[in-house]
Amino acid sequence: MVADESQTAVPSIDTRRLVDRPLVLCYYFAALAYLVISMLGGILMALQLVRWNVLEGIEWLSPGRWRMVHTNAVAYGFLANAFLGTLHWAIPRLSLRPVLSRSLSWFIFWAWQFIVVATAAGLVLGPSLQAEPWVVKLASRWHIPLSVGAQALEWGETPFWIDPLALLGLALVAVNFMAPIVRTPGPMYVSLWYFMAAFVWTFLTYAMGNFLPEYVVPGTSAGAIAGLFIHDLVGLFVTPLGWGLMYYFVPIMLKKPIWSHGLSLVGFWGLAFFYPLQGIHHFLYTPIPMFLQYGAVISTIAVELVVTTVIINFAGTLWGRGRDFWDNLPIRWFYTGMVFYFLTCLQCALQVTLTFQKLIHFSDWVVGHAHLVMFGVFSMWLFGVMTYLFPRLLDRQWASRALCEWHYWLSAGGILVMSSDLILAGIFQGYWWAALLPWDVSVMGSRPFWIIRLVAGLCMAAGVVCFLINIAWTARAGSRAADR
Amino acid sequence: MFESKGGVLLIGGLGFFLLAFLANGVVPILLYRHIPEKTAEEVVNRRILYQFEELSRRYPESFEAAFGEVSVQTCAEALRLGRQVYISEGCWHCHSQYVRPVSNESRRWGDVSRSEEYQNELQRPVLFGTRRVGPDLSREGSRHSNDWHAVHFFQPTLVSPDSPMPRYQWLFDGSPDRPNRRGLALITYIQWLGSWLDSYPYYEDLQELEQEDF
Repeated sequence: MVADESQTAVPSIDTRRLVDRPLVLCYYFAALAYLVISMLGGILMALQLVRWNVLEGIEWLSPGRWRMVHTNAVAYGFLANAFLGTLHWAIPRLSLRPVLSRSLSWFIFWAWQFIVVATAAGLVLGPSLQAEPWVVKLASRWHIPLSVGAQALEWGETPFWIDPLALLGLALVAVNFMAPIVRTPGPMYVSLWYFMAAFVWTFLTYAMGNFLPEYVVPGTSAGAIAGLFIHDLVGLFVTPLGWGLMYYFVPIMLKKPIWSHGLSLVGFWGLAFFYPLQGIHHFLYTPIPMFLQYGAVISTIAVELVVTTVIINFAGTLWGRGRDFWDNLPIRWFYTGMVFYFLTCLQCALQVTLTFQKLIHFSDWVVGHAHLVMFGVFSMWLFGVMTYLFPRLLDRQWASRALCEWHYWLSAGGILVMSSDLILAGIFQGYWWAALLPWDVSVMGSRPFWIIRLVAGLCMAAGVVCFLINIAWTARAGSRAADR
Repeated sequence: MFESKGGVLLIGGLGFFLLAFLANGVVPILLYRHIPEKTAEEVVNRRILYQFEELSRRYPESFEAAFGEVSVQTCAEALRLGRQVYISEGCWHCHSQYVRPVSNESRRWGDVSRSEEYQNELQRPVLFGTRRVGPDLSREGSRHSNDWHAVHFFQPTLVSPDSPMPRYQWLFDGSPDRPNRRGLALITYIQWLGSWLDSYPYYEDLQELEQEDF
């Protein structure tokens, strides 16, 4: 009942005036630029592992530094920009009100690009400055091991001086988007629950992870918080925004409401309760107290049941419209992402158990899992959203349907091969290590897997190149039309 | 309540987050608050001072320029800088720093990790790590000599032919016998890891046995 109410477009409202289209486009272009940079970093690291890196020995191209650029550019460059752009489309249209201020929106856009570029610059160039006398003096003066390069927090390597700026940026984002949501009367549509919660969660998660382990808590207890940060960044920033967009775009594209409003409620509240409780499962078998590790494991298995209800809800929505999976490109992107989401959550419920952990912790299994989540699910969803929105933002059809198909198949095939390859590699590595074989056995044995991973990664990158060419063709085709 | 703004913001957004933070964050903090946090000076021990002095004799000119003389203070300074290099060069993304009580890990690396080991300034933020492309380093101190480390950082394949580890030639002034300030600091830091333990297994032995067998 509530579900389709907010979905119905009100004809009298001019949606063109609600949405700042150039802003959405700018966010998308920035997102795609960082995606390319991130993929180059990933390819560099993949080449290094199989020892085909011809650029080795150049300080600012060090694979160790670019490995951090790879993850940060994906999280804060690609995903964050693509989400912000899409929210500038979805939230005004859902709430039928513009965001708080158009100039604030543009300020946030440029501030966020500064934060991402400064992070990359800090990660790549910062380490070279470390032995400079002024940096050493600063570090010893404050008696905390501050570094001008990366901060030792996975997914939060952002140099320490950028953290407060990023936090301020997140607060402004929340204020800017909350203004139209707050003024919406009555109960809200599912998407808005996810978005609202995500604004609060992202801010709190960022503050907790970037400040507590560096300045307040030492040692093992900081490890628990770092685990919570890694986990919440995916679970409370990326996941709710992603699902919020699915609840928004899928009914619009299928022109029918979500199958069950009750299941939407179960999905949201189950995620809100169980997801934040799992952070410690990233550091099982560490000196973190065992009863806390058990708690994290149990809540992880619980969230898998919640995920199943969400998947059932979306399968129910598609039921009887299977044709759309093949014909409607964005729907295909979305539902492929959902299949991967179910697989990755199922994998999570298995790998989180202490039995599995003995074998696969520290191995490429985890890397495969991370790629399946970040690329197979959320990047795929955002590619779907972009495939739907670029024609609307540019006011023209895609120049080439074939290139759209190539983008899809290269991405879907690439991530399927990459993640299964790495998951398998992880099992082998775990057995080699546990068998106490010489370390080199695990390195040389991984080589065939790493070569396949490189090829799969190149396929995914080729998919993005197809997408970029298609965007360029589409934009140019239009401008030629305008000339005529 | 479940669909209202207040419910979503206060219960879902704020409430559940704080509940999880209490359960997963505050509980370990309270459990470990009695273990004092040591400074870098306090974790300098006889074994790391021995290695630090060895560095000063092996590379006298580089050492003189970088740290002056051997003392607890300069050693702590080197440990701090070494840890920064370890972090910002991304070492911790391919090397873990904790030994688990499972999968024969204590037979390969040494004693299972304890909380006390992490309660110091150099584990802020803690460097557990999540991936082992290369070996765990929490018991690496004194497994190899200082000059082995210098050559290994300069070009890993010279001493470890199958290693996929990248070269770190910017930690040297041109050749492996001239480590610069950052290079010396990183070697000191690596030699410190595990130096607080009396002994651990020498797993490289396993490899030699294996080769004789064939």
